[in-house]
Amino acid sequence: MKIALVGNPNTGKSSLFNLLTGLKQHVGNFPGVTVDKKFGTLKGTDHLLIDFPGTYSIYPRSKDEEIVYQVVTNPNHSDFPDIVMVVVDASNLKRNLFLFQQIYDLGLPTIMLLNMTDIARKKGVSILEENLKSQFPNAQIIETNARVGFGKNRIIEAINALDLKQFTYQKDWVCSLEDTAGQEEEVKKRYQQLEGLVVQTQVEETRQNKFQARLDQILVHPIFGYAIFFFVLFSLFQAIFVFASIPMDFIDANFASLSVWTSQQLPEGVFFDLVTQGIIPGIGGVLVFVPQIAFLFLFIAILEESGYLARVVFLMDRWMRPLGLNGKSVVPLLSSVACAIPGVMAARTIADWKERLITILVAPLMSCSARIPVYTLLIALVIPKQMVFGFINLQGMVLFGLYFLGVLGAIGMSLLLKWLIHSKQTGYLILELPSYKLPKWNNVLMTVWEKAKIFVIDAGKVIIAISIVLWFLASFGPGESLQLAEKNAQAQAYDQGLSKTEEERLVASLKLESSYMGHLGKWMEPLIEPLGYDWKIGISLITSFAAREVFVGSLATIYSVHQEENAEGLLAKMKNEKRADGKPVFTLASGVSLMVFYVFAMQCMATLAVVRRETKSWKWPLVQLAFMGVLAYSLSFLFYQLLV
Amino acid sequence: MTNLAHISSVSLLKVIRLLDSPLKTKLMEMGLLEGQEIKWLFQAPFGGPIAIQIQDYILSLRKDEASFIQVEPILNHHNS
Repeated sequence: MKIALVGNPNTGKSSLFNLLTGLKQHVGNFPGVTVDKKFGTLKGTDHLLIDFPGTYSIYPRSKDEEIVYQVVTNPNHSDFPDIVMVVVDASNLKRNLFLFQQIYDLGLPTIMLLNMTDIARKKGVSILEENLKSQFPNAQIIETNARVGFGKNRIIEAINALDLKQFTYQKDWVCSLEDTAGQEEEVKKRYQQLEGLVVQTQVEETRQNKFQARLDQILVHPIFGYAIFFFVLFSLFQAIFVFASIPMDFIDANFASLSVWTSQQLPEGVFFDLVTQGIIPGIGGVLVFVPQIAFLFLFIAILEESGYLARVVFLMDRWMRPLGLNGKSVVPLLSSVACAIPGVMAARTIADWKERLITILVAPLMSCSARIPVYTLLIALVIPKQMVFGFINLQGMVLFGLYFLGVLGAIGMSLLLKWLIHSKQTGYLILELPSYKLPKWNNVLMTVWEKAKIFVIDAGKVIIAISIVLWFLASFGPGESLQLAEKNAQAQAYDQGLSKTEEERLVASLKLESSYMGHLGKWMEPLIEPLGYDWKIGISLITSFAAREVFVGSLATIYSVHQEENAEGLLAKMKNEKRADGKPVFTLASGVSLMVFYVFAMQCMATLAVVRRETKSWKWPLVQLAFMGVLAYSLSFLFYQLLV
Repeated sequence: MTNLAHISSVSLLKVIRLLDSPLKTKLMEMGLLEGQEIKWLFQAPFGGPIAIQIQDYILSLRKDEASFIQVEPILNHHNS
């Protein structure tokens, strides 16, 4: 049987879902819409449990709420449930019963999961289940409590006890989405009915929770509130940059040796080259970012579970709004510091289309983790290791400056887009501030697992596909040019008396130069010359369309150094690299210009693909590609011309 | 009678009327119906959103949304 799990946000619905399905859950798409559904098997049965996005009413007010209306009003929908379990927050009964009553009135076999009864009791509320039963006679009503984890067996009993014959599906009363007058009437009528019910069922002697109120006084305080938020941000970045580097280095090193090992095991041939040089590094390039994404979502999930994140939205809305954004844009923009893909997807919670769109369009301007290897290499190359005012590390300051430049770009573009994009609706923020709770680790880890999986699948598909195309462009050339290049390199190596490995690198370098990729680089050289780049940098710019960090590896190939063996080697080679006129390629001017280019350019196909999916058209990803390209080109040009 | 956006200190209020706006249904679903008693709790710094208590939960909304909600203070007879 198909069982839907619905309920208001912040009712502990996800906790219950995790409890009931355990690790056997999957994320999939509802057909026709972009919102993810989670589904899993109810432990101890073979019932399929589908977790729906939290909603206050069957009538949707934001993108992610639409699916509930679409499914429950359409018996032909492939996800139309046989049974609906509605999670009801006992400590906030009236507003929760509103949604329950709508579902019950549809004639769907309904189970009420009366959750958070412990909090309700603490508040001094006692729920008289008998009265609820007399109001909803056909429904099964069970008390659950996800925080301490009891109730699973009673839920299974309730499913079996449900008398399906008592229910007849009927949706004549459901208003169309446009019929707001009808919906208003319905709201009034329902709350009147519930008024009578809740007075009967709930002994209202709500004690004000002093602790919660005091926390709010501190956390949204004009000084302490912001100070605490910035401290949280600081710790978050610390975790992403410092702690995540340990597992990242580990993954990086292992994939490098895997690539070498497989190339030694497999016989020579085009297909095997594709595996060792295209696919394995492609997969490694995806997996290396998993630790940062995991750390980021670990933090975000803890903040969300504890109830603090809603306060951040509350605090930041005032600063996001003048930019055409929403307080809720904070989460997508923060996520984009690790990776824009989960960031763009997190924008779904923003109800207003224009605010959501601007958030999606500017999110990739936040410097993501794939830019770090590029920044680090270029800073080491052109920024001297010295102290400013005796205590500020200049290299560190430049790195900070690049992040800041991205944020400035996002602010500027938001303002421009706010002015350019016209919308009949005005954005709004109507947000519940849930009560503070201790995070439940089960849920936190589940979120981390889910986000990492989404990243690996979404980014992985695109990055690997592009890696294959790029591998092809770099491994083949017009006519006999590659064979000629190889012979040429071997002859040179012989003349110079190079060792076997040195010879191999020279062969790789010259082959790349005469490949299609090399031709492409040379073809675009006049275009990028005003920015201070030569054709070798041009090749690396193209290859980094798979993912920005590929820039480093592809430079290493062109300069024929093996970066794994010798990190200093690449730097030394790059420093010695000369133009035709004898001047060095990498100067302060061209280095800074390149860093600025990476701050702004949309060098990530995977993000473009996700933006297309989220906005359901090619228009917006192309707009994004265009404005980021213009920003990157013109600002790099400006920096180069100023510094040269 | 005044609108909710003009309130700036902790006080008990009664919703008198919701002005017409595209958000009216949403606000009603969230429990803001005529006659509902609410409590103004706090405001985000620098003119940000406000937070009110409705029934048993806290709702935050921007001042723009609050200005659609006409309220009347409930006089506390114990203190006056």
